[in-house]
Amino acid sequence: MLTGLAVEKLGAWFGQKQVLNGISMTIGPNLVTAVIGPSGCGKSTLIRCLNRLHETVPGARQSGRVLLDGQNIYLMDPVQVRRTIGMVFQKPNPFPSMSIYDNVAAGLRLNGIRERRPLDEIVEKSLRMAALWEEVNDRLDKPGISLSGGQQQRLCIARAIAIEPQVLLMDEPCSALDPISTAKIEELIQELKKALTIVIVTHNMQQAARVSDYTGFLLLGELIEFDETPKLFTNPRDKRTEDYITGRFG
Amino acid sequence: MRLNRYQRRRAVNVLVSALAFLCAAITIIPLLMILGHLLAQGAKAVNLDFFTQLPKPVGEVGGGMANAIVGTLILIGLACLVGLPIGIIGGIYLAEFGNNKTGWLVRFMSDVLNGTPSIVIGIFAYTVVVLPMKRFSALAGGFALGIIMIPTVIRATEELVKLVPTSVREAGLALGIPQWRVILRIVVPSAKTGIVTGVLLAVARIGGETAPLLFTAFGNQFWQQRLDQPIASLPVQVFTYAISPFEDWHRQAWAGALVLVAMILITSVLTRVVTRGQYRSMR
Amino acid sequence: MSSFEALPAPAVLPRAGGANVADRLFRGTTLLFALSVVVIMVLMVGAMLRTALPAIRAFGWHFPFTSTWDPVAERFGALPFIYGTLVSSLLALSIAVPLSLGGAIFLVELAPHWLAQPIAFLIDLLASIPSVVYGLWGIFILAPWLRTTVQPTLAALLGFLPLFQGPAYGVGMLAAGMILAIMVIPFISGVSREVLMAVPNSQREAALALGATKWEAIRTAVLPYSRSGIIGAIILGLGRALGETMAVTMVIGNRPEIALSLFAPGYTMASVIANEFAEATSDFHLAALIEIGLLLFGVTILVNGLARLLVWSVAGNGAATVRE
Repeated sequence: MLTGLAVEKLGAWFGQKQVLNGISMTIGPNLVTAVIGPSGCGKSTLIRCLNRLHETVPGARQSGRVLLDGQNIYLMDPVQVRRTIGMVFQKPNPFPSMSIYDNVAAGLRLNGIRERRPLDEIVEKSLRMAALWEEVNDRLDKPGISLSGGQQQRLCIARAIAIEPQVLLMDEPCSALDPISTAKIEELIQELKKALTIVIVTHNMQQAARVSDYTGFLLLGELIEFDETPKLFTNPRDKRTEDYITGRFG
Repeated sequence: MRLNRYQRRRAVNVLVSALAFLCAAITIIPLLMILGHLLAQGAKAVNLDFFTQLPKPVGEVGGGMANAIVGTLILIGLACLVGLPIGIIGGIYLAEFGNNKTGWLVRFMSDVLNGTPSIVIGIFAYTVVVLPMKRFSALAGGFALGIIMIPTVIRATEELVKLVPTSVREAGLALGIPQWRVILRIVVPSAKTGIVTGVLLAVARIGGETAPLLFTAFGNQFWQQRLDQPIASLPVQVFTYAISPFEDWHRQAWAGALVLVAMILITSVLTRVVTRGQYRSMR
Repeated sequence: MSSFEALPAPAVLPRAGGANVADRLFRGTTLLFALSVVVIMVLMVGAMLRTALPAIRAFGWHFPFTSTWDPVAERFGALPFIYGTLVSSLLALSIAVPLSLGGAIFLVELAPHWLAQPIAFLIDLLASIPSVVYGLWGIFILAPWLRTTVQPTLAALLGFLPLFQGPAYGVGMLAAGMILAIMVIPFISGVSREVLMAVPNSQREAALALGATKWEAIRTAVLPYSRSGIIGAIILGLGRALGETMAVTMVIGNRPEIALSLFAPGYTMASVIANEFAEATSDFHLAALIEIGLLLFGVTILVNGLARLLVWSVAGNGAATVRE
């Protein structure tokens, strides 16, 4: 059985500016939870609070609790947290100095696994899970940055799942990709959720409706509504949610 | 009348443009002359002996500067031992943690060091290495050259490590890799080409330094392997021969200068060619 | 959601213990290396002050204003060297500044790209030629040419000025100034180009849209905008010229005298250190030379600091160190 996340009264700041206020939500295991909202509403900050990446920005801080296995991640070693909660970013960001193979193996190697055989196995498994193996298995030693944008993003997914996280955070993973690559990654999300808990931030409501089980609507740093995806999209409780999903404001 | 004024303005424009062009042309004439004379004078004296033989005493024709060429390489190696750790690791500090008062102070001092005449750095090496050891030595020369390298290397490292996008750092952190390993294994390797360029440019610069060696490495007419002894170097040898009253030595000085300039220009031009497009990979 | 069951971390991964300690250790180590730059500067000033102390004590404030330099009698004054350094540097600037600025304006504002690039590359190349090679060229090519051609012509045309009187040796203040000019051109030209390029295009276009010719646009829009940066570039060149040693030592004639004529030999602060340091006759002699080094150090710090302030105000950090 996998683990979900429980967010309790999460607040976040950049310097004096508060960007998140009193966010509470439960992220169920083996489910895809989407966070939608207009740009600047704090979606990215929210997801970056879930693996403690927010605090690495100078001047950034947060309050509240995020529970993983009932344990507050803010009381754990951040390195350990990030090992358990992986992340895929908005723009594909393979390590520029590494080959395809080394990119996928990076997390394992830098965490102390060096023998060739387990590495080979995990790299292949991860690339297969990321639906990239067939396309790259003949050129694993080529630089990761030589791939196309969509392939790079799937490489980053492979890199993230290679260390077998329990939760995968995806910060607008398709916003820099073409429609075909986007479709591939959405397909992939459905596959991955069998093994993982997924939180995805997106500015694309159709995407949220397509891929997620639960959706949260975020506006000006507050969680306006959080519900099962079909319910939220067909029968929102809050007027603001309705305005947003019907495109009545930006 | 109106047309006249317009024509005058046009004429001024053409005249000034021509003057500006002339300035640009004049500034490159000395370069072409120096390179031309170097080739003409130096080629007459460069031969195999020059690279394989020791200097001959006054009066004897021939000989070479083999010891000075090797000496220069040894001095560069010693300089790297001093300059590279401080330059590269210090540059990493400035890029990753240097956004504070300490970083400002280090940057400021590095700038001051960069503007310090190399002969003053020679005096420094003399007071802290030559005086305690009570003799001129390769170590003292390498120390002086190493200090001269630091500002170039520290600046290159800082700027190129900073160029590595934040997204790469975050990708590493998000994999649960400790920050120090992210920096050492992912960020710095991404900036490797640029750092190597900076190091090579610094080497090209110190390779031709003469003033700080005059009273640190001093000079030597013979082969010598010990680092605590005076050592010959190409620039100092060129200087000694150039100001001597002997025809033969003047010829050797030209040959030495030609070899020195060739080594430096090849290093810096190659560096630029090889690392062209080094940032392409980061975009 | 009641399924927050404990699940073991993936078995293959060793636990990360004490990453924080390692991070702090790493940061501390890099800090030590960075701080060693500060330590070096402090040590440099300290060591030089200590070794120069006997001379500082003996001569006090008279040192920079006395013109006797007699190692045998152990009487030392730095005035001729200060004079030689200042005059040779100013002479160099008066030659290099117009050429560098004119060239920079041509390369940035007027020249087509295909021409500007190679010329800029060649000018930059001047910076990578070692000082001792300039000196060699100065002794054997420049000085004879000055002696046989330039100085007689100058004497005939302008001989009524004290600047151009006296015997023509070739080597001397004029040769030093010219060599220094060639050597500082790439610095002044390079920083000026950066500064000119930092002028926003909208400034040029605004002037051109008013019907200005190219030169009028440069004069009215570009130059005023970049003035302090260009002054910075010039002062940066001055800093280079003040500390330049080998080439000057080889062509200035090395005579500690103050002469009005540019044909006469002179001596600079850096040159006297280069010539006498290794063979200093006594500790006292050495102390006097190191005191000259300290003076030179102080002056270059002031000059470079001023230059950087001016360049930063225009082109931002980094322009002042483009090619070093």
